[in-house]
Amino acid sequence: MTEPKERQVTVNGRTCRVWEKGQGEPLGYLAGFGGLPRWTPVLDRLAAKRRVIVPSLPGFPGADMGHDQLDVLLDWVLATRDLLGEAGLDGADLMGASVGGALAAEVAAIFGPMVKRLILVAPLGIYDEAEPVADLWAQRPGQVAGLVCQDPAKFNALVAAPEGVNDPIEWQIIQVRASEAAARLLWPLSDTKLAQRLPRIRQRTLLLWGREDKVVPPSYAKRFADRLPGATTIRLIDGAGHLADLDQPDAVADAALAFLEAR
Amino acid sequence: MKQMYFHLMPYTELPDDFREKHPSVWVDIDPALFNPERAHRMYNEFIDELEFAAEVGFDAVCVNEHHNNGYGLMPSPNLIASALSRRVSDAAICVMGNSLALYNPPVRVAEEMAMIDCISGGRLIAGFPVGTPMDTCYAYSQNPSQLRQRYHEAHDLILKAWTEDKPFAFNGRFNQQRYVNIWPRPVQKPHPPIWIPGSGSVETWQWCAAQSYVYCYLSYFGYKLGMDVMNGFWREMDRLGKDRNPYRAGFLQFVGVAESKKEARDLYKEAAEYFYGRSLHVDPRFAQPSGYTSESTIRARVRSQVLTAADQAVGAALGRVKAATEIDDIVARGYVIIGSPDEVAAQLRQVATELNVGHLMLLLQFGNMGRDLTMYNTRLFAEKVMPQLRDLFADRWVDHWWPKAMPRAARMPASVRAVA
Repeated sequence: MTEPKERQVTVNGRTCRVWEKGQGEPLGYLAGFGGLPRWTPVLDRLAAKRRVIVPSLPGFPGADMGHDQLDVLLDWVLATRDLLGEAGLDGADLMGASVGGALAAEVAAIFGPMVKRLILVAPLGIYDEAEPVADLWAQRPGQVAGLVCQDPAKFNALVAAPEGVNDPIEWQIIQVRASEAAARLLWPLSDTKLAQRLPRIRQRTLLLWGREDKVVPPSYAKRFADRLPGATTIRLIDGAGHLADLDQPDAVADAALAFLEAR
Repeated sequence: MKQMYFHLMPYTELPDDFREKHPSVWVDIDPALFNPERAHRMYNEFIDELEFAAEVGFDAVCVNEHHNNGYGLMPSPNLIASALSRRVSDAAICVMGNSLALYNPPVRVAEEMAMIDCISGGRLIAGFPVGTPMDTCYAYSQNPSQLRQRYHEAHDLILKAWTEDKPFAFNGRFNQQRYVNIWPRPVQKPHPPIWIPGSGSVETWQWCAAQSYVYCYLSYFGYKLGMDVMNGFWREMDRLGKDRNPYRAGFLQFVGVAESKKEARDLYKEAAEYFYGRSLHVDPRFAQPSGYTSESTIRARVRSQVLTAADQAVGAALGRVKAATEIDDIVARGYVIIGSPDEVAAQLRQVATELNVGHLMLLLQFGNMGRDLTMYNTRLFAEKVMPQLRDLFADRWVDHWWPKAMPRAARMPASVRAVA
């Protein structure tokens, strides 16, 4: 795995990191819960076939503060749309996981031409009382990793401070801020009315879901699919939890690339 | 020194196996444990105790706000405060307080507190807590990342509602109101004294100093842990060039008085062990909603000795640090001060002096303590302890933060208590 190229763009006057790697047609990626404190294997796999462009949302690792200016969902959707534009993803294929999945779906619904094809990995945004979404923010210490990943070590490795990091406290604060930014957008993890906007999404859509997702039950894939009017495919990923692309990067990348290569 | 009578109004009949069978006293406590007919009795006895405390000479009666909580039965402390305003003649009415971001629109707080100030003839102390994570982010589902921004905007709106002399429009970030014009208006001018209960963040101390508000450290873990927090507070006041007027601060302490220390141990053992064993059994999953604690406070907590102690208190409340649940340990750690009146007075005098706290809030009913024992504790404290502490600080410092009530002769008399 090699490191991506890094540049900065500005959204609402704050800088956001954009990672880029690979050749070919651009594919945008919006990260899930926890954001991307480091480059991950799934992005590397995707970059083997596509030019993968990964902008960081405000408040998430790699981005400046800026989440604290975003008060309502419209603020977040506009910031995401602007971020995608600044990153060079106007009209590109877009993949979003978890938190990033909710925002990718919003952008596709509200700014249709921004998104060519849509890949959602266990997106948040719908809440069904019959099968509630788990409360990511009401967990005992040390339990989050096992909740979001089938293999907790995968999440722990994502957020662990790199060796020789200058300031371990600041590294820790970046991870806390990522969780806060997601909370600012989605607290208390109830319905964001995304369900009402899904019928506006005309794009071909792939729904990927970890078969062992303990945050958003895999049955939610059908709740999404039922509201999407375009051609929609559901793929459940074996051995994967909520952050399916952390648990099973190869399977997720294979499914995503197969979907994008199909005509 | 002001001696204030604080009541949490705990549910007193949690089962013996509560700690083993139930995950939390707070947020998702089992509703089947609540018996409204028993609560009828608890509420009325607790109000009796507060009225009695005022009658025997406490300077104030204090109530506070909790939600979904098995040790605090006052989702609306204003209801109890208004009842007390009618029945208590001279004591200050300390609402400690209303979590500002939970009220929509926040002028509701300005209105209700103005009502209490009018009914009581200007005896209200207005407490403005941010509120605990359990109350605000979980029970009331407030966004933890927005809570402080909303709190500060609500504060500004309430203050303006109390002081502006004509109707105004408020065009805030979170609150927009075209016609703010509260009726009634508070008796106290420009407004009732504002006290801020906080857990020990530097930002709160700085804000209290800038606004000239009283800072209150309301911990259940006594003076030993409180010492570090209050030392931090005073060091910050020094740094900001504020004087060490002890009336800038309030502090909460559990106390049990009896004829001797041994008798006190026997009398208060059950109630203390009930409180620290059952009432504080909080599921740690409700401890740290992301965004509730500011980044600068997180940094300070990691880096500074002072706030590590505050953290320890929070940690104990949330089960991370093992809190004492057995009486001798509870007393040894200073959670509860027990003894004969002279012993208690000497110890409180030392505590108040070392912490430099001019507003001592005393919890004399705690856990499942029944009415008789509570009355005994209250009366004995008032008769034998209180007089020994009255003079402290009074000669050297002026309490600028005490309510400025209407003159006694101008106030309507409170209704007479039926029970002596």
